[in-house]
Amino acid sequence: MTRSPLLDVDELSVAFTRRRRRDVQAVDRISFSLREGRITGLVGESGCGKSVTSLALMGLLPARGVRVGGTARFRLGGGDEVDLLALPAARLRDLRGSEIAMVFQDPLSSLNPVVPIGRQVAEVLTRHRGLKGAAARGQAAELLARVGIPDPGRRLREYPHELSGGMRQRALIAMAVACRPRLLIADEPTTALDVTIQAQILELLAGLVAEEGTALLMITHDLGVVAGLCDEINVLYSGRTVEGAARHELFAAPTHPYTAGLLGSIPRLDAPRDEPLTPIRGTVDDAIGWDDGCAFAPRCDRFAEDCLGGPPPMRERRAGHRFRCLHPTEPAPGEESEGR
Amino acid sequence: MPSRTQRIDRLAELVAARREDGEGRGVWREAFARMRRDPMAITGAAIVGVFLLVAVLGELIAPYSPTAQTWGAEVFPNRNVFVGPRAENWLGLDNLGRDQFSRMVIGARQTLLVGVVAAGLGFTAGALLGGVSGAAHTLGGRAGRRIDTVLMRFTDMMLALPTLLLAVSIAALLGQGLTTVMVAVGAAQIPIFARLLRGAMIAQGSRDYVLAARALGARRRRIALAHILPNSMGPVLVQLTLSLATAIIDAAALSYLGLGNPDPSVPEWGTMLADAQRFLGGAPQLAVFPALAIIVTALGFTLMGEAMRESLDPRLRN
Repeated sequence: MTRSPLLDVDELSVAFTRRRRRDVQAVDRISFSLREGRITGLVGESGCGKSVTSLALMGLLPARGVRVGGTARFRLGGGDEVDLLALPAARLRDLRGSEIAMVFQDPLSSLNPVVPIGRQVAEVLTRHRGLKGAAARGQAAELLARVGIPDPGRRLREYPHELSGGMRQRALIAMAVACRPRLLIADEPTTALDVTIQAQILELLAGLVAEEGTALLMITHDLGVVAGLCDEINVLYSGRTVEGAARHELFAAPTHPYTAGLLGSIPRLDAPRDEPLTPIRGTVDDAIGWDDGCAFAPRCDRFAEDCLGGPPPMRERRAGHRFRCLHPTEPAPGEESEGR
Repeated sequence: MPSRTQRIDRLAELVAARREDGEGRGVWREAFARMRRDPMAITGAAIVGVFLLVAVLGELIAPYSPTAQTWGAEVFPNRNVFVGPRAENWLGLDNLGRDQFSRMVIGARQTLLVGVVAAGLGFTAGALLGGVSGAAHTLGGRAGRRIDTVLMRFTDMMLALPTLLLAVSIAALLGQGLTTVMVAVGAAQIPIFARLLRGAMIAQGSRDYVLAARALGARRRRIALAHILPNSMGPVLVQLTLSLATAIIDAAALSYLGLGNPDPSVPEWGTMLADAQRFLGGAPQLAVFPALAIIVTALGFTLMGEAMRESLDPRLRN
């Protein structure tokens, strides 16, 4: 890799402060980087800090009661680098929608119910490109056609409730890519859709990345989505990265017990029919923070005494494959298998 | 039995028809379409329509002048001699021998005018106050919250005074007259509208589409005006219809208390009601008819408001 990454997130932390109570550390020093034309996945179950990460990068967290730390160096179109986390609000507002855009989870509630689709798409063009009237409408129709909405001329005049779920998500994607952003964050873009539509939307996103060279940050709890789409994957647990690797590496050798557990809990077509699925025990619990030891320990099958002896360090299995576990399921090269 | 192709064609037709029907229909147009089928809305609209027509046509409908004491020789209030409804005078004569029906008809304009202007005044000022407050609260950050707090404590103060008491104090400050009644009744409505719109805007402010608009870099003023405000107007417009009813009643009450229009040549239902109380024993009909008119008009507006609220309620949609 000769060029520096488009976005380099270094030790991003987000804490929600509470009155007279311990702060909630939603995101704890996570680091990853995004490159043009690549799709990076952020995977984890509810409450692991995925969405908070995306909102922090967009600068959309509420100003009160939130403490953000770390840096997120973003390379602008001109080559200058800025720290998204330290940018003044007005600067960030100009970047949002033009250089960085986001696709949300629930397309119906993310669209304004009383404004026709066309005007909502045109609004972005007016805001960042200065297009008005017929020019904006024409461009909006082109965008709708681009994201695969048939008969865009008519759809422009329709209201969100008149569109199907898949169409709405396409419209939202059209709005997000209207100004050809170089970074696109998709926060569970397929969760509210049914399976066939999911595939279409993912295909659309992958196509946009391939054509435009956009960097896509894909936030999801669905390993199936990740498996089909992402180039690199970061698995989060309770606000920290527990494993990060290229896709094939991760699926071939899931090293952290949590990753292994996630993979073991989804049905596979090639598995024998009577092979039981093995769910991960319990739920995310913030009673054990990372400061005390491994936050996953209470749910882990490979739990041992030393798991609670302080935070486990991040280790490298091989170049580009990081994991945070003392008793990994796959032995690191040069280490003895623990034979469990 | 139609053939398969026929059935498919028919289906296509139906789908196409539905498409045409549903194309570009916004929330408001759908709500209106629902209201057209709602008996409550129809009744309310009919009542309001009839009274509006009477108010507009006034002189054309009234058979006699509202001020001419044509039958003065037939009525002797101090001897308790009154004339009730009869062929010549449908609703009888008042204490000065004037035709009660004509006075009612002419009075409709005055009464409705006061109601509409007062409610409009309250709506405009209240929506402005609430809109600024709501927008400041949602998008203005720390300073915005302060602005919101100041404005809302002010409306709380207004809200703490009973409506009629507030109206009476304003009327007492401004002196007797029609404008006084309008301003007083309108002012009493301000805090209701302000609170309502602010609340709706804050509720809308935390919705996903606002976050999505922010994620696209939309400016705050645009988010407030183009996104939050239109989605918050529903309950406020319903309140406007309901306020028309209370405004008419409040205006009548102020007139009844003697703060209304002092000009006896311009009849008004509330004033008529006030005048009638002296003769309640001998001629109850003089009080009954204006009272009924006030009640029915208020009912008409209330029915319309209720129907509008139901038709806008997302839980009842489709």
